[in-house]
Amino acid sequence: MKISKIAEVLRADVLCCEENLEAEVASACAADMMSDVLAFVKDHAVLITGLCNPQVIRTAEMMDIVCVVYVRGKVPDAMSIELAKSKNIVLMTSKYRMYQACGILYGEGLRGGESRI
Amino acid sequence: MSEQTRISLEFDVEGDNFVSAGKASEAVKGNLKMLGLPPTIIRRAAIVMYEGEINMVIHAKGGKAYVDITDKDISITLKDEGPGIENIELAMQEGYSTAPDAIRALGFGAGMGLPNMKKYSDNMEIESEVGKGTTVRMKINIQPDSEGQQQ
Repeated sequence: MKISKIAEVLRADVLCCEENLEAEVASACAADMMSDVLAFVKDHAVLITGLCNPQVIRTAEMMDIVCVVYVRGKVPDAMSIELAKSKNIVLMTSKYRMYQACGILYGEGLRGGESRI
Repeated sequence: MSEQTRISLEFDVEGDNFVSAGKASEAVKGNLKMLGLPPTIIRRAAIVMYEGEINMVIHAKGGKAYVDITDKDISITLKDEGPGIENIELAMQEGYSTAPDAIRALGFGAGMGLPNMKKYSDNMEIESEVGKGTTVRMKINIQPDSEGQQQ
């Protein structure tokens, strides 16, 4: 699924790296605990989270995650946005709650991928 | 990489600085990428290093990280002078954590750090003495077939 499609179906505002909106994501992972994200490994994934600190971006960077969706209308701090820009990670914020956001993306055909590396 | 290639990296991990936590792992990942190693190997090394770095920040007021990269493997040693681990067996259990709520609010302390480190490394050893500190040694093999081991 294209990142632009994720933004569209989640009615999300893109916060940075708009130039990468046409990139493809192959799977999704939703978590507020970063260690749960680190237990999940898939290429070109999108992370759906309600957590807003810079460690979200560092975790995304470690996992080669290409897009982070903040749910419940959350907006990350300026440092997170700067860090994401330097790593070329698309950030967007959606007013949907995590459960809804996951349901919408799953319904559109985006699956979770394997839980093992 | 040639047989003789060997890269040694050393990092100071700052304690209690949650904003900078992960910088050493980022640098290691950058080095591994430059060496052109397989993405799965790079990611596994990045995960174990990052979990270890976060642990040192949360529990041990920082420490030192030593990374050795040869054509055969990646060795990561994390050394701290923190409180030590009382019961290593218990600490290795998924979900067991002594991290305070403030850390959990930051997205860590789910009790997955050490289990993730064990899962993604080919070998992991922990030496710990209460009141003295902890040393974690991890190894990730870089062989053509090592990519398949964790698939």
